[in-house]
Amino acid sequence: MKIQERLEQKENEAMEAFERTLLFVEGVTVSFDGFRALNNLSISVEPGEMRAIIGPNGAGKTTMMDVITGKTRPDKGTVIFDRKYDLARLDETEIALLGIGRKFQKPTVFDSHTVFDNIELALKADRRARKTLVWRETADEERRVEEILKVVRLSAMRDRLGGSLSHGQKQWLEIGMLLAQDPKLLLVDEPAAGMTDAETRQTAELLKEINQEHTVIVVEHDMAFVRDLGVKVTCLHEGSVLAEGTIDQVSTNERVVEVYLGR
Amino acid sequence: MRPGPHFLIRSLDRGAIAFLAVTAAIAVAVPLLNLAVPSSSAFHVSTYLVALFGKYACYALLALSIDLIWGYCGILSLGHGAFFALGGYAMGMYLMRQIGTRGVYANPILPDFMVFLNWHELPVYWYGFQHFAYAALMILLVPGVLAFVFGWFAFRSRVTGVYLSIITQALTYALMLGFFRNNFGFGGNNGLTDFKDILGFDVLAETTRAALFSITCVALMIGFVICRAIVTSKFGKVLVAIRDAEARTRFLGYRVESYKLFVFTLSACIAGVAGALYVPQIGIINPSEFAPANSIEAVIWVAVGGRGTLAGAVIGAVVVNYAKTFFTSGILAPYWLYMLGGLFIAVTLLLPRGIVGSLHHWSALRRDRASAAAEEGVAEPLPAE
Repeated sequence: MKIQERLEQKENEAMEAFERTLLFVEGVTVSFDGFRALNNLSISVEPGEMRAIIGPNGAGKTTMMDVITGKTRPDKGTVIFDRKYDLARLDETEIALLGIGRKFQKPTVFDSHTVFDNIELALKADRRARKTLVWRETADEERRVEEILKVVRLSAMRDRLGGSLSHGQKQWLEIGMLLAQDPKLLLVDEPAAGMTDAETRQTAELLKEINQEHTVIVVEHDMAFVRDLGVKVTCLHEGSVLAEGTIDQVSTNERVVEVYLGR
Repeated sequence: MRPGPHFLIRSLDRGAIAFLAVTAAIAVAVPLLNLAVPSSSAFHVSTYLVALFGKYACYALLALSIDLIWGYCGILSLGHGAFFALGGYAMGMYLMRQIGTRGVYANPILPDFMVFLNWHELPVYWYGFQHFAYAALMILLVPGVLAFVFGWFAFRSRVTGVYLSIITQALTYALMLGFFRNNFGFGGNNGLTDFKDILGFDVLAETTRAALFSITCVALMIGFVICRAIVTSKFGKVLVAIRDAEARTRFLGYRVESYKLFVFTLSACIAGVAGALYVPQIGIINPSEFAPANSIEAVIWVAVGGRGTLAGAVIGAVVVNYAKTFFTSGILAPYWLYMLGGLFIAVTLLLPRGIVGSLHHWSALRRDRASAAAEEGVAEPLPAE
């Protein structure tokens, strides 16, 4: 009887935890040619949260992003979005349409489109081929693009080609494209890579601004940047969670120190 | 929604209208100079030239179809000659059925080559081709369906880049081998020829040739307007996005395969029409039209004229083919293929944007410089960060 009660209680707790999540990853394993990129990874993110994911090279950060966005299928485990969608069964396009946006590690924008067109293509709208064929721009859409350009500080670059932007500007343009998608969850892979210190600080500000309305997962190497964000941190190692907590808790965790500094 | 002109019209800028005007002028002038001007006059255009220009116009339409997928969506098809030839065969089958009892064996139903092969019945897939409307439908449908099925598998399996190019080569090569076989039912290596009339008009008559030339120019104009409407729409922007960063487009929620499939199928239909117009003007269609080298040549026309410019593809097709006509009829004839190869290398190294692409680029640079110079005069101090 007692065991029964405890089991029920445990189940309820699990259910409650699940009810609170926007993204629920449990027991995910991905192997490439026998190498386990993700090893029984479990992580959950609540709506409105900003989460930083850190970890040494090869810890599985990018693979985790790939699994969430449908680029890689997990061998085992569950990935549930918004409590009802099984992401392991959907492809990139379907997942994007559910409201998950992704920024790549290497900034990827459309080089031969203008900054304006880059954002406009990302803007939430009917994506079907037969709709885009006869689509016309509305004044409202133009206004929204302008708004987003202001947020990512690229208003002056409006008519420049994406390919002519600097590295940092491309990063912001890509973040702007994510905003235009208006996703429920943003996955941002190393947004500060290759940026100057000033740009890095601005990027942290930008992400905080974005976090006011969106749930964000940031993968980052730069510890100073993660500290600037001031959010809950998950440290991955060899495909599973090593530690979780505030940046101070995680960075003083003995095992994390060991992994980062070598044993 | 903002009110505005129909999406076919709104896509036409000054350059596009100039292109259409020139094509229309040629469509009228060439037949006129051929039929109305006496052959003694210096302005007379010979029937040989009408046929030659007609051939160029068909090639131009083929080049246009390649530019649509390669220039805008980055799909490098090295097998577009297959769709061109299939359209040509569909037209050839109609023309064969029109011969009737005027053939060597005077069989009212069977084309000569079938009688020669001792066939007694018309194969089922030849049914209906005596009707022009049916043949016209097949001209669009056969290349279109093949492209759809091929594209459905290729794009869904995410075959891209050089791998896609290679399998398109294999596709056209396989078709060539098939059509070479007598028992395939398309006249084997001789193909279809000896045409008598089209829609009741003698195919060899000067007036018919002139009319076919004009019709080809009109088809080229229609094809141009369709392509132009597509590439200037948001759909076209998505195509360019796919060309630039396919994964990014996918993660934005666009179904990349649908876009590719649509544009690839449309492109095959356009190529089919080009082939269908080619056959009555040339008077023969045979399996050599499927040769992989033909498809590669067509890609070179587009590269020379300028990828992603539409008008450039047309100009490239005409320029390269005119050069071909010029050089292959002189003492340089044996070296033509070397020259073609050299041209491709030269364009890739020296003029990677092609003729029209480079013109666009230079004028854009000049405009930028001019506006930069203008701005310098009235430069405001930048707001401090």
